[in-house]
Amino acid sequence: MELNQYLEMFIEESKEHLQACSDNLLELEKNPTDLAIVNEIFRSAHTLKGMSATMGYEDLADLTHKMENVLDAIRNEKIRVNAEILDVVFESVDHLEEMVMDIAGGGDGKKDVSQTVAKLKRIESGEPIQQAANASETAAAESAASTAAPESALQLEYDDFEKTVLLQSTEQGFNAFEIAVTLSDSCLLKAARVYMVFDILEKNGDVVKSSPTVDRLEEEQFDQDFKVAIISQTDAEELRSKILKVSEVENVSITQISNDLFMQSAVVEPELPIVETATEEAISVIQPEVKKEDASQKTASAKHAASKTIRVSIERLDVLMNLFEELVIDRGRLQSIATEVNHSELNETVERMSRTMGDLQTIVLTMRMIPIETVFNRFPKMVRTLSRDLNKKINLEVIGAETELDRTVIDEIGDPLVHLIRNSVDHGIESPEVRRANGKPEEGNVTLRAYHSGNYVFIEIEDDGAGINRERVLKKAIAKGIVTKESALSLSDKQINELILASGFSTAEVISDISGRGVGLDVVKTTIESLGGNISIESTEGAGSTFSIQLPLTLSIISVMLVEIEQETYAIPLSSIIETSIIKNSDILNAHNQKVIDFRGKVVPLIFLDEIFNVPRTEAQNDEYHSVVIVRKGDKLAGLVVDTFIGQQEIVLKSLGNYLTNIFAISGATILGNGKVALIVDCNALMK
Amino acid sequence: MTTVEQDYLKVIVFQLADKEYAIPVSNVQGIEKLMHITRVPKTPNFVKGVINLRGVVTPLIDLRERFGIPASTNEDTTRIIIVTLEEMDVGFIVDSANDVLDIPVNAIEAQPEVVGSNEEDFISGVAKLENRLLILLHLDKVLNPVD
Repeated sequence: MELNQYLEMFIEESKEHLQACSDNLLELEKNPTDLAIVNEIFRSAHTLKGMSATMGYEDLADLTHKMENVLDAIRNEKIRVNAEILDVVFESVDHLEEMVMDIAGGGDGKKDVSQTVAKLKRIESGEPIQQAANASETAAAESAASTAAPESALQLEYDDFEKTVLLQSTEQGFNAFEIAVTLSDSCLLKAARVYMVFDILEKNGDVVKSSPTVDRLEEEQFDQDFKVAIISQTDAEELRSKILKVSEVENVSITQISNDLFMQSAVVEPELPIVETATEEAISVIQPEVKKEDASQKTASAKHAASKTIRVSIERLDVLMNLFEELVIDRGRLQSIATEVNHSELNETVERMSRTMGDLQTIVLTMRMIPIETVFNRFPKMVRTLSRDLNKKINLEVIGAETELDRTVIDEIGDPLVHLIRNSVDHGIESPEVRRANGKPEEGNVTLRAYHSGNYVFIEIEDDGAGINRERVLKKAIAKGIVTKESALSLSDKQINELILASGFSTAEVISDISGRGVGLDVVKTTIESLGGNISIESTEGAGSTFSIQLPLTLSIISVMLVEIEQETYAIPLSSIIETSIIKNSDILNAHNQKVIDFRGKVVPLIFLDEIFNVPRTEAQNDEYHSVVIVRKGDKLAGLVVDTFIGQQEIVLKSLGNYLTNIFAISGATILGNGKVALIVDCNALMK
Repeated sequence: MTTVEQDYLKVIVFQLADKEYAIPVSNVQGIEKLMHITRVPKTPNFVKGVINLRGVVTPLIDLRERFGIPASTNEDTTRIIIVTLEEMDVGFIVDSANDVLDIPVNAIEAQPEVVGSNEEDFISGVAKLENRLLILLHLDKVLNPVD
């Protein structure tokens, strides 16, 4: 059956249903007796089952069917909801999400979920799920420990996704191996041998990663050996003998991948989120509350019924935007011609047209905006898992999820937010004992807030945890050479707090799987700055911290200062400009072969843009006066010398395209009101 | 065994100096008149700059400079052919462009050895049509991306 045309729709709708399931499950956790919620989840699961079966994804349909049976029994009051059951259902939803992601990535959605299915079956028939699962857990742990594999360091580099896959598989009782295969020197058809080895591997498990990559292996771009990471239920010896059966394979060495090998300085071993053992705790232990405004809550369930939205491809929106911008330019010309001709009817019509276009403009610009809810909605679940892993009690509050952001910003802001929230949970909120000892309520509060203000969107992550320890931060910063002892004395509290955003910085004594490596916060800072925003931190020791992110409302419109050099117009982003100034020739001083000026007591180097940009000069410039734009990068200043200032303007950022990449000191282009292209100066590049 | 049908390649024909060149229609987005060009610094000489093509900033290559032919004054007939190759859009500045032809595929021959001209690398073949000789271009060699 030709189902590819429906694939995209299937993926979109599956994701929606799975998200609804997750949200409703969290609600159910708080209100275990509310059968209406169970009904909602049942409905979502049922629809999902139908869709998967139609599309031919059997594993997906099967798991959903089993889940549906459990939910059905719950809503018919044959089973009572408890934490154990909820955890299994959560687990099933996780598996379903993974399968959908697999399908979205071009896979076939197959996954061995027999363990989860078995648990669901047991719930359905009313048996306890604990002992059996525990037994399989210990069996897996034993086999992992007993495999006579040398505990050598892993040779392949794994990214986070691959690590998660490998970790999860070992938890489920599979074996994860790193296999190093060496082909004999005389081997001629290396690609064929590789193919045969992979064939065997795939019959015995799932290949997670290979080094070199599969494409290079097929092109025989490797010497004699290659490494593969595989998840399998077969044991090492059997795999080894099977691979050795392929002729011209010289040597096979297998290393077992176990969880500890992923730790760097393994001090804190993360608690494997073993579903079964965690259920020992009563339901009252950890309850993250997701408070959405009442209105949005009610509309959430009504949403699927009366969803008056339509999916539009982003490309179409971009084409629409471009054509619209052309219209804007022509409108300008029409307006100036109309004033010249001065025909009253023409003037009237042009005026009306301008008004309509103004309205169109607002609508077109806001079409690319999406509510930030799409990013926020994965956090409640994440916080729940994290707080259970760390044995902390955390209440997550989400305010302002309906705030809208440009689509490109939403795509980029997810990861930084994940990192900041993990930070708050890991380093900010203290464990319940410490909190009790300090007279704080055992449950920590993390608040995620988003709102509009002026031309910006603000996102704040606030926690009532331990706050930032000023002394420790300063000590670490001085030790790492980020600041000197002297300058440290003059830093304000805010500046000290922001030291933690520096690269390589971390005061965590213990590096955990979750955070502490000192790599994350500076990436957060760079990402936010690349979106045209900034991040600031406020903190009170003992009381808590607030991370504030400020982002521009639309990514593509920025304020610039237009300047002229000879006949060419350039744009300098206003965010880099401190001041403009006109200096006399006599103000220019020479220092180490560099022209500088004295600007309010600071020595500022001059950069002559006509030289940097090789602007063809018709006659030598012998002006007494020079126009200078003082720009700033961090705490460095520079003066850009231009011919004249044109003025300040809001412009639409345009890319230079795929052909002209990496032009020195040019970050993009824009189209001016007169239809001509102006280049945007990259001040940061000029000040390296 | 002779087949009655022949395969044709539809091409856009343009002129540079006294020679005629051809580009497959599938690679051509459009033909425009000359418009204001914004110079982009620190690019090779043959990259003349960028233009505003209906809201999209598009780079321009002067084919005369690319092929090492001495520059000429811009005439009324000068055109920009917007060429697309692997998601890159680039404009070629040419002396004139006004023909769309179907070249029978068997009229295309491999490039003859031409000594001493820079064009050599860019030619992928020639096509003989009656009394015309059309030079077919290797687009990706011409468009070798600017680093």
